[in-house]
Formats: sequence, C-alpha cells, structure tokens
Amino acid sequence: MSAKAIGEAVSGAPSETATPLKTQLRRAERLKKLKYGALIAPLALFLLLTFLWPIGALLMRSIENPEVPEALPQTLRALAGWDRQALPGEDAYAALVADLTENKGSRTLAVAAKRMNMEEPGFRSLFMNTARKLPLEPGVDAREGLLEIDSQWGELGTWQLIARNGRAYTDYFLLAAVDLYRDGAGNIVQADPSASIFVDIFVRTFWMSLIVTVWCVVLGYPVAYLLATQSSRVSNLLMIFVLLPFWTSILVRVAAWIVLLQQGGLINMGLISLGIIDQPLQLVFNRIGVYIAMVHILLPFMILPLYSVMKGISPTYLRAAVSLGCPPFKSYWKVYFPMTIPGLAAGGLLVFIISMGYYITPALLGSPKEQMASYFVAFYTNETTNWGMAAALSAVLLLATLILYFVYNRLVGSATSGARPR
Amino acid sequence: MSQADPSATIATKAAPHVSFRGTQKTYDGEHLIVSDLNLDIRRGEFLTLLGPSGSGKTTCLMMLAGFETPTAGEIRLGDQVINKVPPHKRNIGMVFQNYALFPHMTVAENLRFPLAVRKLPAAEIDVKVKNVLEMVRLSEFSSRYPQQLSGGQQQRIALARALVFDPELVLMDEPLGALDKQLREHMQLEIKHIHQTLGVTVVFVTHDQGEALTMSDRIAVFDAGIIQQIDSPEALYERPANSFVASFIGENNALHGTVESIDGALCRVRLDCGAEVVARPGNVVGVGARTMLSVRPERAFLVSGSAPSVNLFSGEVKEVIYLGDHVRIRLDLAGSHDFTVKTPISQLDKSLQAGDNVQVAMDPAHISALDAVVESTAM
Amino acid sequence: MKQKQSTMKLLALAAGMLTIGAAQADLTVISFGGTNQKAQVKAFYEPFTKETRIAIVQGEYNGEQAKIKAMVDARNVTWDVVEVESPELARGCEEGVYEKLDYSRIGNKKDFLDSAIRECGFGFFVWSTVLAYNADSLKVAPTSWSDFWDLKKFPGKRGMRKGAKFTLEFALMADGVKPAEVYKVLGTKAGVERAFKKLDQIKPHIQWWEAGAQPPQLLASGDVVMSSAYNGRIAAAQQEGRNLKIVWTGNIYDVEFFALPVGVTQRDAAYKFLATVGKADNQKVYSSEIPYGPTNLKAMAQIPAAVAAELPTAPANAKTAVASNTSFWVEHGEDLEQRFNAWAAR
Repeated sequence: MSAKAIGEAVSGAPSETATPLKTQLRRAERLKKLKYGALIAPLALFLLLTFLWPIGALLMRSIENPEVPEALPQTLRALAGWDRQALPGEDAYAALVADLTENKGSRTLAVAAKRMNMEEPGFRSLFMNTARKLPLEPGVDAREGLLEIDSQWGELGTWQLIARNGRAYTDYFLLAAVDLYRDGAGNIVQADPSASIFVDIFVRTFWMSLIVTVWCVVLGYPVAYLLATQSSRVSNLLMIFVLLPFWTSILVRVAAWIVLLQQGGLINMGLISLGIIDQPLQLVFNRIGVYIAMVHILLPFMILPLYSVMKGISPTYLRAAVSLGCPPFKSYWKVYFPMTIPGLAAGGLLVFIISMGYYITPALLGSPKEQMASYFVAFYTNETTNWGMAAALSAVLLLATLILYFVYNRLVGSATSGARPR
Repeated sequence: MSQADPSATIATKAAPHVSFRGTQKTYDGEHLIVSDLNLDIRRGEFLTLLGPSGSGKTTCLMMLAGFETPTAGEIRLGDQVINKVPPHKRNIGMVFQNYALFPHMTVAENLRFPLAVRKLPAAEIDVKVKNVLEMVRLSEFSSRYPQQLSGGQQQRIALARALVFDPELVLMDEPLGALDKQLREHMQLEIKHIHQTLGVTVVFVTHDQGEALTMSDRIAVFDAGIIQQIDSPEALYERPANSFVASFIGENNALHGTVESIDGALCRVRLDCGAEVVARPGNVVGVGARTMLSVRPERAFLVSGSAPSVNLFSGEVKEVIYLGDHVRIRLDLAGSHDFTVKTPISQLDKSLQAGDNVQVAMDPAHISALDAVVESTAM
Repeated sequence: MKQKQSTMKLLALAAGMLTIGAAQADLTVISFGGTNQKAQVKAFYEPFTKETRIAIVQGEYNGEQAKIKAMVDARNVTWDVVEVESPELARGCEEGVYEKLDYSRIGNKKDFLDSAIRECGFGFFVWSTVLAYNADSLKVAPTSWSDFWDLKKFPGKRGMRKGAKFTLEFALMADGVKPAEVYKVLGTKAGVERAFKKLDQIKPHIQWWEAGAQPPQLLASGDVVMSSAYNGRIAAAQQEGRNLKIVWTGNIYDVEFFALPVGVTQRDAAYKFLATVGKADNQKVYSSEIPYGPTNLKAMAQIPAAVAAELPTAPANAKTAVASNTSFWVEHGEDLEQRFNAWAAR
C-alpha cells in the first residue's frame, strides 16, 4: 500500500476532504494558541508596565535634553545655520534677549540654566543674572546690552554651549558617564584626569564583583556539596544556617558587621587577647570589610543553585568513574565538577550581577575607595537631582552587564552544551 | 543446611576467580545485611545473584566492586585478598542500573575515559574504542551525547565502557531494569552472546528470575543475607533446595503435610487432607517433620483412562484460563484451593469446564519435599 | 540635625512611608529627625497643635530633593512643610519646587535675621559646622584648622564629612586663607587646586563620615581624635557626659529653612505653622533644647547668657566664622562634588 493509499484509508475519505481537515486542524491550533496567549497576557502586560516600560523610560532620561530648547526657542532658531567657528550674528543676540526677557523668573529658564551649569559651572548665574537685568532699555542694541551685562556673552564658548544643547536629545550624559565630553567644536575628548572618575568606578565595580563571586564560589562550593550529600537531617540544619542571612534585613547585617569588625570590635579584641596581633587590624571602612559583608550576604545566591544542581547528580557517576580506574580526587574533577558547571554558572552570574548593583554595603562598610557604580547613581538621583546623569550611569551599567551576560553565556553555554541536543 | 555448601559443590580443578570467605556486612552493628557469605565464582562463568530487594545481593556486588567494605571475612580476586584495595585499582568493569554514562562527554569520550586514565597511547585508545563500538554496533553514534541515545543504546554504551579496558571481571547491577520488556529480552541475549565471545567473568545482579534463568551459568539465590541455593538454572528450577527457592523461582503448587518415611531417593508424605504422596526428599529434616511439597504446574498432568498408581488425585475444576500456547486450570485438589495445572493447548480436552471432576497425576521425581517455613510464615 | 547621606537615608525612607497615610486635616511636617526634631516638637509642634487644634504628622528625611521634586512633578504633594538646607532651597526656588512665601502671613520681616528671610523659605535656626575634638585623647587643645592638619602635634585620625561642601573651605582656612576670603579663593581654579592639594596632605588619615550622628560616636570611641561636626550633635554628646570640646575658630554657619512644596494642600495651616515657628517664645524654647541659634532677633535677646554662649550666633563664636555661601555652592556644587568624588575614590 502506498503512503497515499494509507492516508486515504486512515482518513476514510477521498483526498479532496483532506484540505478542509488541515484547515480545521490549523484553526483548532490557532484557537489553542489564542487561549494560551490570553492566559499569559496579564503577566506579559504586567511585566511590560512594571518592568520594561520603567526601564525604557529611565534609559530615555539619559538622552533627553528638553531644557534649553524649551527656554530658548528663538535663539536656537537664529543659531540654526551657524557654523560655530566665530561669534553668531546680531539676530542671535536679539533672539536671546527676547527669550530671556520672556522667560525671566520662570521655572523653564532656571531648569535650562541648571542644565548648562552642569557642563560649564558659572552658567547658572550668567543666565539668571542676565535675565534679571532684562529687558534692555528701548533703543539699546541687543549685542552691546548683553555684553555690558556680562562679557561672557562675547565669548565663543558660551554660544557653542547653547548651540550644542539645541536639540531635544543629547549624548552629554552618556559621554560623561564614561569620562568623555564634547569640546566647543563638538569633538569628543577625554575629560580632565582630575575630574575623570566613572571609567575607574566601572572597572572597580567589575573587579570587586568578580572578587566577591570568586570568594562565593570558593566558600560556597564545599557547603553546597555537603548540603547535597549529607543525610537530610544534617543538610536541613545546614540549610537553615545558609538561609539565616535572609531572615534579617540587610541593614541589620551590615550594622552587625561594623560591630564585629571595627577597631574595638569583637574580632580585633579576640585576636588581641589571644596574642595573635598587638595592634587592631583595619577590617572595616576599607575593602576587606566590604568583601566580607558582601560575600556573607551573597553566599546563599551561590549555594542554592549549586545545591539544586548537585542534588540532581547521582553518586553513581562518581562510582562509575572510580570503577573505570580513575582515582577518587581525579574523578571529582573530571566527572563531578563538570556536571556542576551549570549550577556554578547560574550561581556565579547571579552573584556577579547582584554585586554589580551593590550600594548599601559599600556605602556603609567602605571608604570612598570602595564605592561602586550604584553609589553614584544614588548620588545623582538624591543629592544633586541630576537624573540624566543617574540614568546615563545606569544605562552604562546595564549595557556592561548585558555584554558580560552575553559573553558569559557564550563561554558557559559552549562548556555545558553537552547537556543539550545540538 | 539451607546453604548447600557451595565450596563443596564447586570443587573445581582451577582456582576460583573470585571467592568470598566468611564475608559479613552490617551497617548498624545489629542487623547483618550479608551474613557469613562463602562463594566461589569460577573464571569465565556468568553468575547471577538473584533475590528480593534487601536480600543482600547488591551489597555483595558493591563489596566486590570496592564501594562497600566487608565488616568481617575476606574477598579474594584470583590469589589476592582485595579487602583493602581501593575500587579504582581493582580493574573490575561495572555496569550500573542507570548506566551512569557521563552526560558531559560524548559516547567516544565516555569510552576513552577508562583508557585515558590508564594512560594508554592515543592510537591504541582509538583502536579499542572503535572495536568496542563495533561490538555493540553503535559506531555511528560515537560523537553523540548520551542524552541523545535511546535507553537500549545507552545500555550498550555502558556495557561497552565496562568492557573497553579489558577487565577480567565485569559486574552488572540490574543493568536492564530501566528497559521495556521487549528490549530487555533482546539485551539479555546480546549480553549473553558478548559474554560467550569475550569469555570474561560476569557477576550479574537482578531480582528478575526470568532474566536470571535466561542468562546465567549459575544462579545464587539470596534471601535475608544468606545464599539459599547456588546452582545451574535447570537444577534450581527442577530441584529447589528449600521452600524459599521453590516459591521464589517459577510458579509453585504448595501442598502441606508430614513426612511418614524416607527411603533413599523417595519419601512418603501424609497430606493434611489425608492423601499420601510419594516425593523426592529435599531439605526435610526427617520422619515426622512438617513439610511443604512443591510441584511445578507443568509437572502435573490431567489423566484419563489408564492412570499410574502413585500420586493420583482427583479434584474439581474451578477455572480454565486460555493463554494462547497453553491453558491454566485451577483446581480444588489435595487440600489446596488453587492448585494450578499448566497444559499445552494441543493436549487439552476442549470440553473441559469449571465444575468438572478430573484426575491429576504427578511424577514423584518432580515433587520436592521441602522445609515448611513458607507454611508457617504464611499462616 | 543634618542626618544627611546614606545611613539614615534608608531609615528615613521607612519613616517617610509612615507619613503617607495622613488624614486630610492634619499638617505633615518633614524634618531631619533626631535630637533636632525632638526640639522642634517641643518648641513648635506642640504649641501649634494647642493653638490651632490641627494635629501634626511628623516625618523625617535626609534632604534628598529627589523625592520632593518627584512629588511636585507628579502633582501629588503629600508633604506640607519641609525642612530644607540653604543651597537646596535656592535651587528649588528657581526650579519651581518651592512656593514663594507671603510674609504678611508669617510675621514682621524686620524681626528676623536678614539671612532668614528668603523668597521661598523661612529661616528658623542657625547651625554651624565646627572643629570638635575628644579632650580625653588630646593633651593639648587644638585651636584652629591648621592644628587639624598638624599630624605631628596631634597624631591620630581625623573625621570629615564625605563631600566637597565645607571640606574645601576648611582646607583653605588650614592653608592660611582668611575666613572672609575663603569663597573668593575657592571661586578660582587655582583655589580649588590649592584646597585639594591641602587635603592630599591628610588624606590617608581621614575617616569620612556621612551622618551627623557619626562624628560624636567616632570621637567618643577614639576612632578619630578630631572631626568636623555639627555643633548641636556635639552639645548633645556633651550632655550625655562625653568629654568632647568645640573649637569655634573657623566654623561655617548657615541658616536652616522651612519651605512649602509647590502645590501644597494645607496652605493655610502651613502658614499658621510658619507663624508659630517665627514666634520669639517658641524659638527660645528651641535654642534651649538644642544649641542652634534663633533667627528671631527678640528671641536672641531673651536667651540666658550661658545658653547663648554655646550658639553659633554668639558674638564670640561668630567672630572668626564663615557664612556658608549658598550661591557659590548652587553654582559650583555639582562640579566640585564630582571633582571631590573623583579625588576621594582614588
């Protein structure tokens, strides 16, 4: 019987009816898909509204630049064709006088002045003071009038700054977040070393996160192994100790570390009374303290994924390796360890990414040399309300994390691809 | 007594390949999982350790592999006592229940593993891996990962891995348990053939008596940490040494009574219902002792017309069950309410039905008079 | 006062939450918490409630303008009266975060210090950042910021607030700049360089603090021998029996303000509250609770001499003092804080 004949025999009808059957099937499946879609729609919507949209809005903040266009629309129109090589013409001065006069004392002008002051300290007072002295006496030339109020209006840089901020979007914040800025002519240049900070901060954030992750691996791996291999009574007890940190607030834990680690703290006193040291060690308000507390707080995030992977590894694999002639320690390394890599990867990534966003612990237990990227995000958000800068730093951090995640996924993915069909 | 002195039955010329001497194992210091095990395994034989779960058979295997240490006694491999030899130095191949193929390695890498550990030259490794893959007919799968293979294929790779480094002794711990029935039967034969081809010694653990009967040269039946009987499949089935073996292996009709006399190779037993049976004495203690008579269903015959004079009973048919190649007839007979007779379809009287009275005959050589343990535990 | 910065910020966040559920008729007043707020309760809140029968919902924050800005932007203003520092007030006023005040509803402008009367904020006390030291751990008393920099004469760690504001001023004074010229010098590029170079000298010996409660603790525990500190905090520690001393030479004082966020819902009650705060009797009570100076000139006259001597406004204390230059910090704050962060992080 040919395949076609079988098909007909099965469907029990001539082949013409096969087409509607297929359509029916498609329709049924589409309906099913719609039903599933409807089921996950609330969650998808929820995620979109509470996660993706805010993140998107936040990232937009890092390039939004509406202040100057709102405050100086006429000036910008007058500067539209300006080559930025020499001072602009009379019409630009006149437009500026008109803009400043119009917005005198308004919030729009104050916000624009603040925005320009970020790039060039002194611009706030230049704008506010000039506006206060306007309008000019009738008949006074706009250019001369302005120059009389402040000679800075005769400088090329002043006008370049205004022109540079003429568009609703800017790369200023993002450039600043990596210690770059645009000079008067619009070229991207390196910031002054004395003011450069963020590249170092990002490198430090990465480095500290890496160290914390490595320590979490070194300390967490044996614990996870114990948890996975001990009898359930012992491992339940151990598990309580592992999860204990989750039961107290992070602030309490950090405070406890300060009490333990400070100069007159328990650890220093203990070591001194044991005669191991005679001068108290500096254990807190430096990097050691930050590492200790961060590793302590993040250890469960390493242990739990490792544990769940290890729990699933049958002891038979090790026995098999040994029975094949491999010495016990080598068996662990060649057989057991590679099988725990997915757990190690998950835990490592988790710890690393959480570390990258750490704020409270370095802020409280570290010196200024331990502050990580998030500290500066908080600084710009709370202290200076420079949300563009905060958003730009977040964006760089997010981007760095994503790149890292991608690279990591590639490396670990290829190492564990055995677990997946190709 | 129940232990049919194995060292005596295996008084062979060649030295045994493996021997357990007075081996004991306990985990809690109170209960012996294995008590006083004496067992010789011949070079090149296929020995199956058969028993219900918890009978100690797997513990024996693990002690031999080196994953468990005997509490007392010794284990010899050839002329060497291996109690203190760590497992990785014993050079024993092992196939595990769930194959234990390393999931992060390809088939070829799995097979190379024991060879690489032994630091064989790469060229030699390649040849050996190639050969063993050919042997299990999976050459084209060498670069796959274990998860990409079917259960039967994984099983064959596990077997290949246990054999690739040419061990003289291969242990198998219920290796076919995870396979479906058809595949299991196929693999039983395949393993048996590989064993015959390579001539290695195989110690095979199973709780499946059919598997044990199919594959083994000899079977050691375990219960409660003791070897109840060690014998060839045929002897085990036809001449069970005690009531445990009789009821554990194959189907069994049990009739209870008291020994009246023992006369060499035959004995007389008075059944509780009053009838008298002539049987082969098994492990009955002596005259006057309670006994369980064991008869295999295919060793009881429906007779009509000229009947033998001994061991002829009449009973009432309760049920006739048609099974294609044979028919099972359940009878009320000689005091037993579910005495079963297995009759080939060709010898069946088609008119037979429930309620009929029939005559059943049994050859004394196929009735074993055994201890009455089962009776007392069953009551 | 001045529990600026992170430590307390987190606690304040929780505290801030508590104020959200306030009933409509109540007045929500947000301060910096701690001993300062306790003094406010006694001096201002209680008399206000007694007089007007309007209950006050207390809240605390750490001066972060982000929250207020967000409230105003979202037109959902749940805070009615907010304690604000000078530069934040100046910025907030220009940027439309704080309402312009109608002083006819508060009191007579002439009754107050000039610096207390601002377009969007009503100054109600004067505080100061001073040099404080632990008299138990220092045999010789330091007398100026130059001594603060003198590691040979006064070995040990120094505490300073983690931030550019005031830190740079102190560095310049230690380098010999006269109090009156501090902001002139700091306004130049060379002046900023000079301040940072001076800070470099003691950088390894500085223990940075962030919350106002920290300096007395650090001094008492012996972690630092000298520290910059808010004078009220030191006074509170003295009352607890700590042997801490204040050096008034080269202190920097500033006025603290109450302001109303734009779109305040309880405007009438808020003005009544400001009027209560302005009264001489109430300010007198405040200054005796915590040694911060009153802004009402009549109150100043009524304060007993012993109390007055401990206030930033006392003539002896104000003699070598520097008035915090709000417009300077509004202008250069961001730039210098960034520079400071870069310097400190290195």
